[in-house]
Amino acid sequence: MKLKPRLFAGLLAAVGAVVAGSTAMASTFMPPAVTSTAAEVDKIYAFLLIASLISFIILIGGMFYFVYKYQRRSATDKTAYISHNYTLEFLWSFIPFLIFMFVFVWGWKVYHDMRNVPADALEVHVMAKKWDWRFLYKSGKEVVAGLDDKGQKTPATMVVPVGRPVKLIMGSEKISANSTDPTDRPVLHSFYLPAARVKQDIVPGRYTMLWFNIEKPGDYWVFCTEFCGSGHSAMKAMVKAVPMPEFEAWLASEGGGALTLADQGKALFAAKACVGCHSADGSRVVGPTFKGLWGSNRTFDGGGSAKADENYIRESILNPNAHIVATFPKGVMPAYAGQLSDDEVNAIIEFIKTLK
Amino acid sequence: MASTGAHGEHNYLNHQKGIWSWLTSLDHKRIGIMYFITVMIFFLVGGLFALAIRTELWSTGETIMTAETYARVMTYHGAVMVFLVIIPGIPAFLGNFFLPMQIGAKDVAFPRLNLMSWYCLLLGAGVALLSLLYGGADTGWTFYTPYSIKHAPAVICMALGVFIAGFSSILTGLNFVVTTHKLRAPGMTMNRIPLFVWALYSTAIIQVLATPVLAITVVLLAAENIFGIGFFDPALGGDPVLFQHFFWFYSHPAVYIMILPAFGVISELITTFARKTIFGYTAIAYSSLAIAAVSFFVWGHHMFVSGQSEFAGVVFSFLTMLVGVPTAIKLFNWIATLYKGSINLASPMLFALGFMFLFTIGGVTGIFLATVATDVHFHDTYFVVAHFHYVMVGGTLMAIMGGIYYWFPKMFGKLCNDAWARISFVFIFVGFNVTFYPQFVLGSLGMPRRYFDYLPEYEHLNKVSTIGSYLIGIGFVVALITIIHGLLKGKPAGPNPWGAKTLEWQTSSPPPHENFHTTPIVTAGPYEYR
Repeated sequence: MKLKPRLFAGLLAAVGAVVAGSTAMASTFMPPAVTSTAAEVDKIYAFLLIASLISFIILIGGMFYFVYKYQRRSATDKTAYISHNYTLEFLWSFIPFLIFMFVFVWGWKVYHDMRNVPADALEVHVMAKKWDWRFLYKSGKEVVAGLDDKGQKTPATMVVPVGRPVKLIMGSEKISANSTDPTDRPVLHSFYLPAARVKQDIVPGRYTMLWFNIEKPGDYWVFCTEFCGSGHSAMKAMVKAVPMPEFEAWLASEGGGALTLADQGKALFAAKACVGCHSADGSRVVGPTFKGLWGSNRTFDGGGSAKADENYIRESILNPNAHIVATFPKGVMPAYAGQLSDDEVNAIIEFIKTLK
Repeated sequence: MASTGAHGEHNYLNHQKGIWSWLTSLDHKRIGIMYFITVMIFFLVGGLFALAIRTELWSTGETIMTAETYARVMTYHGAVMVFLVIIPGIPAFLGNFFLPMQIGAKDVAFPRLNLMSWYCLLLGAGVALLSLLYGGADTGWTFYTPYSIKHAPAVICMALGVFIAGFSSILTGLNFVVTTHKLRAPGMTMNRIPLFVWALYSTAIIQVLATPVLAITVVLLAAENIFGIGFFDPALGGDPVLFQHFFWFYSHPAVYIMILPAFGVISELITTFARKTIFGYTAIAYSSLAIAAVSFFVWGHHMFVSGQSEFAGVVFSFLTMLVGVPTAIKLFNWIATLYKGSINLASPMLFALGFMFLFTIGGVTGIFLATVATDVHFHDTYFVVAHFHYVMVGGTLMAIMGGIYYWFPKMFGKLCNDAWARISFVFIFVGFNVTFYPQFVLGSLGMPRRYFDYLPEYEHLNKVSTIGSYLIGIGFVVALITIIHGLLKGKPAGPNPWGAKTLEWQTSSPPPHENFHTTPIVTAGPYEYR
């Protein structure tokens, strides 16, 4: 097939128009990006959109062209007998492969940044249940959904400072914390903040993490994106990003005078008899000391090791014999599963974090 | 039931008479027709659920049903369409009828197993629909734990129904593997079998290897619901994410159970209606096998935000990208086949071209989802809904419709009215894009899937989508009328109305009881248009 110059120019113009159009479209198809991660995601999105449109034009444009050009004229048309062409086949396997590998690596790089929380992040505990959100700050401040003047529900609003990384430590809880009803069980939810292009499932029985750093003040929707029953689509919350001074004033305002999570944890440390076996000053009692525990590398009896993070400490409280730190006796500590509420476990973890 | 052959000559339709002769038939063609009718009925049911979903989403708030009802309608739409329509659609209906004919066999290797697999599908569907008597399951077709652990008879019925229907798929797959290996006509070497057979063969391997994992998963789910054994419930020491691994270990390969046979149909349609040998027979045949093989190692791409490790996410992203390569190869090969052909735009070809149009969009949007960073945003939004409908409906369903119009003259010895068939295509194709293209935009904007209600800013595009769904509905009503009209009033087709080269067209229409009057002897490849 000889490519005519006019056709070629037309094709180029079409591709150019598509590239320009889709770049403009790319920004309107996505919600406004308010974090640098979101901006990175949008770059990949724009690239994929343009690459897709070009591929589509080549493939489907080619298809329409052939259909037009090689219409059946009579029932006895002679057709070419072309069984294969190895060069062509290699090219249209290898070029897509290269493009796929390119976006794979690019996607990996941005994903890596999404998964690795900056060290200076402000931490907020998120508790999800059927069908609402609850946000707990280290200061002890708690945010839940409210009612406006007309009696309409207002979503739970997580206030965060602009320009500061925020790390969410998320868990799933029962509808009623003290419920013994076997049908009231924590289920999967998912925290989705479209403006930051981040999403993370919330899994019963463990913590999952997510972080973002909002650079633009504003109110942003949070959706639940893991089906959790008939109230699923009503399970919304807001993230309100405000300048740091305003955030600090808000944190100190109403409800801010409560005991900090760490202080609540300290009280539990004594009240729940942790102190009988674990010291807070580094001395060895029956079990490992809490001092310096946070973030340390734990070597287990029988091999293996893990970093002491939220999930490790949670497991060590609720199901302590799952992993025993080397040189310590097994089977001494009772399981606290069912003995401590999710909030109490959160508080003890926050207390341990302060014992550096 | 279909009327007897056009001229009263001996064929599989008039071989025996009476409903009982059908219900106990061991003839692969009759079993294929029984699947056709069954799948059409299930499609009607699943389609009505789909229209109910779109009608509810016409506006914000409650439109025609409560959130509780919506959760059930959504669950049954997904479960019926996946397990009872798309999975058996091509292999058990078109495959059953034409795989033996295309390799020059008298029947499948195990005719009794073949009949049993049809009863498995019916029984599985019956048990699953029993759940409606218990108020219906509201878990979504994915049955994610712990939400699905509620000791509810409805969920148990659904799980057992899926378990039983799964055996239909396993037995059909087993039958096809053995038939392809053992019953080929003299001279029909493996590199002379039509590409439809290659596609079904690759599918059959997945059906046999993957479906038992689904069976195990739903049995564990049922056991957890009935006996309270903690596999997936964290309160009992189980792991809810383990369920997702189990589920997608089957359900991702199942996506290829749904699409590979469609690839096979498209290869047949393109060669026949371009009257040209396929470009790159070997590449198309082996790319089906490659997709089948890789399909077992990509399930984690459904779980990028489930809490699995970063490492796992990256590995699954890489492997998923690999699937893109054999898929792209097929598209390029089909389009290259059109080059210097003699293209007849009869209705089956329109569906094949429509397939390529829609499947290309479904394919490229798959790359958006395989890329981890962008998937985090798109996961569980309408972008995913649009993507898999472009692949499953725009792909598989278009291929089924093309296949029905293509093989209808062979199955029943009569011609459908091609003008009406083309009208059904226009409605389905246009309606499909009007329905699902806006959903890509909705998903990009952040509208999550499985939502009964949504923010007011999403309403506009939802209205467009709903209008599109009604156009699709009209298209299928026209298609149904065309098919029924063809059955009752269609003109005699003759043995080979499209001038195709594969073996099923070398015998009379409808075919005789054992397919061929004399055993065919094969001396060349399947698409020798010289």
